[in-house]
Amino acid sequence: MTGIISSPHVHPRNSVSAVMLNVCYALIPGIAAHVYFFGTGLIINMVIAVATALLTEAWIMKLRKRPIMPSLMDGSALVTAILIALTIPPMVPWWIPFIGTAFAMVFAKHLYGGLGQNPFNPAMVGFAVLLIAFPQEMTRWVHLQLSDVYQLTFIDYLRYSLTNLLPAGYNYDALTMATPMDNMKIQLGLGQTVADMQANQSIMGKVAGRGWEWINLMFLLGGLWLIVKRIITWHIPVAMLAGLAVIALISSLIAPNHYAPPLFHLFGGATMLGAFFIATDPVTASTTPRGRLVYGFGIGLLIYIIRVWGGYPDGIAFAVLLMNMAVPTIDYYTQPRVFGHDGK
Amino acid sequence: MARKLWHFHGGLKLEGHKHASMLAPVEAAPIPPQLIIPIQQHIGAPAEPIVAIGDKVKKGQVIAEMQATVSAPVHAPTSGTISAIEERPVPHPSGLPNTCIMLDTDGQDEWLEGRKTHSQFHLLDPEQLRTLIRNAGIVGLGGAGFPSYLKLQPGQGKLVDTFILNGAECEPWITCDALLMQQHARDILDGLNIMRHAVQAGRCLIGIEDNKAEAIQALSDALTEDEKQYIEIVAVPTLYPTGGEKQLIKVLTGMEIPSHKLPIDIGVVCHNVGTAAAVADAVIRGIPLISRYVTVTGTAIDKPRNLHALFGTPMDFLLQQCNVQRDTVARLVMGGPMMGFEINDLQSPIIKTSNCLLTMQQKDIADKQAALPCIRCGECTRVCPAQLLPQQLYWWSKARDFDKVQDYKVFDCIECGCCAYVCPSHIPLVQYYRFAKTEIWQQERDKQKSDHARQRHEFRQHRMELKKQEDEERRRKKKELLKKAQGDKKDDAKKSAIEEAMARVQEKKQQQNIESKNMDNLTNAQRKQIDEVDARRERMKQDDSQEDTNS
Repeated sequence: MTGIISSPHVHPRNSVSAVMLNVCYALIPGIAAHVYFFGTGLIINMVIAVATALLTEAWIMKLRKRPIMPSLMDGSALVTAILIALTIPPMVPWWIPFIGTAFAMVFAKHLYGGLGQNPFNPAMVGFAVLLIAFPQEMTRWVHLQLSDVYQLTFIDYLRYSLTNLLPAGYNYDALTMATPMDNMKIQLGLGQTVADMQANQSIMGKVAGRGWEWINLMFLLGGLWLIVKRIITWHIPVAMLAGLAVIALISSLIAPNHYAPPLFHLFGGATMLGAFFIATDPVTASTTPRGRLVYGFGIGLLIYIIRVWGGYPDGIAFAVLLMNMAVPTIDYYTQPRVFGHDGK
Repeated sequence: MARKLWHFHGGLKLEGHKHASMLAPVEAAPIPPQLIIPIQQHIGAPAEPIVAIGDKVKKGQVIAEMQATVSAPVHAPTSGTISAIEERPVPHPSGLPNTCIMLDTDGQDEWLEGRKTHSQFHLLDPEQLRTLIRNAGIVGLGGAGFPSYLKLQPGQGKLVDTFILNGAECEPWITCDALLMQQHARDILDGLNIMRHAVQAGRCLIGIEDNKAEAIQALSDALTEDEKQYIEIVAVPTLYPTGGEKQLIKVLTGMEIPSHKLPIDIGVVCHNVGTAAAVADAVIRGIPLISRYVTVTGTAIDKPRNLHALFGTPMDFLLQQCNVQRDTVARLVMGGPMMGFEINDLQSPIIKTSNCLLTMQQKDIADKQAALPCIRCGECTRVCPAQLLPQQLYWWSKARDFDKVQDYKVFDCIECGCCAYVCPSHIPLVQYYRFAKTEIWQQERDKQKSDHARQRHEFRQHRMELKKQEDEERRRKKKELLKKAQGDKKDDAKKSAIEEAMARVQEKKQQQNIESKNMDNLTNAQRKQIDEVDARRERMKQDDSQEDTNS
């Protein structure tokens, strides 16, 4: 490259860090809802994850003999850490967020060359590793922190995180439960009908699990704000939700007793977080407009397949990782028609 | 008039910054003491200087002639004396100097006599008009500088359906076309009529961005009833880069120029409004292209304005007319902020393509951050008016995989800069594409060269082979002849062979005489002496031969 300064000579004040910061702002409503329903455990996990991510990033940049500050300031490590923390149950030992985040940063991000080079979504790689290695810790969520159960305080969470000690007089099973998503799958497997399940509103809420439906709604709001702010485009979230809704609708029309309705899938589990914040990770997603529709739709279908017929309670992570693999092919076959060229 | 308009993909809504430079009326800039006139102010071959140092020239006199089809002559912008023809810094993206004719002005501004005016241009045939336009040195004044007469030559069997005049002026800050339209609407329409006649076009469209209401009004007011039948002034949405030829044609007609084709291939001819005014000057008034409107603007200028400047005026001189503090100008750009290029030497001259001088202060360029890795956000794809995948182009350009770069259609890139503008990682994307394009051109040139060399080599081998065969054939025939001859006329053959050999020796000797080396460096006197001796010898020889024939 030459030293000649190339046009254009003006730039708006946008930057990678502005993009990442806006993503963090958009997560706030969902995080707030999460804390409201499940207590302050999330905050502890988030602090551990963020600290781990920044330290790992700095350490690797030092090893790679690259400037450290620009890469800490770009905000990408921050977003990865927050997303990992959001996928981890609130009450876990400290080394769960630590291992997940460190693995994500080292193996999923920097071994591929750092920001912009990784083919797989680092946060989902971190989550997948934790889920496979520590299935028990990763699938039990605390009870909704509402009046009918013991409410875990910040101190309780902190003590458990650091020392693995529960509040006096309580055992682990008494404080935790399966998520509504998991519950639905187990009970349907035991011969219950969808209608039976949904009659129990104290667990299943109005549409998709008590508490969870609100958290999803908050992530949806944050996501819509990102689209309005033009941080993300509508293609991936819309396609993903459409893919999920279509297959859920078909299944529930065929056998309404055995398959939960589309709304349960759209507002249950981590659907909205996945649609607006995880599948939209620009680095690992498809980049062509049509490719993004294919990519999103594929994720939606895979989420349903894994949730309903797979072995895991939720399917966001594996659906995203599988579609990450398909991105180069999708991008290749969905190139837009270039100006002045005939359509394909 | 509501007219159906089309859209091109992407584009940017940019802050215009146009108002400030349109407040002051356009005035002619004073004649500087010296003009620096480059022989190349256009796309194509440079013109060839036809003046010598010390020559007195008049305003409008040709001082450099075109030597190729794609070229343009250069005229003296004022009267004066040629003081030098030498390399000087010129405005060019490469930053390299080029040959300039230096004209010391005499302040008389005296016109060349005998200018030909043609107020009845419609009586001229298209070829005559093209010649007038060519000889006036007119090139595209929108910024590219392609010789205009070539764009008025539709070619065999090509009909021009639509003639488009480009008054979009989509780049921020630039206002020279807007003011020209406001102040010289009649000239622009006259030029349009002339060019329409030259290509025998039907309808004419003038595309102007809708942020230039006064210009649209001025042109509409200037239209005669007759012109209203075939000229339509169309306000197009303000969206960068609507002023790009391909984009404007798409917006106005819905047609896309096929890749690697020209507008004429879809029956369209497109010229800039400034070019139209220049054509009117050249044909009707006999004034060649020697000056233009230049916008002098930017953040380092208190009172931005437009000046009517002679070509060759040093940029510094022009900036002084606007009271610019030299040290506040951290960067000077010729053209707009999106596609213009940096001028490193303030003594560079104004040329035919200098539409704007954009000054920038340190604070405007200081916050430019270092490039971060691409995060594949796809913003570039969203804004690209050519519907390319800029981030893929960047990826493959960086990897120097030029086959892939071409697969992703790098040559359809118009270098508008939209992608680099929106890039959150601040990657100088356009620079990568220019790099890839030049590398590919270079590779093609190298390939052509090596192909050519290989062809020559193969041809030579082929020729040697033929020669060898011919020689052998000849030798064989000779042998056969000899064998035959030996049978009957053995002695005769021998005799003639000896005679031939002797003749050859004689001839060789003579040749050696002529080529003797001691004749090379002689003084005039010596040369004369030898000539005399030679003449004498020649005479004696003739005498001898006469005697021979007489005897």
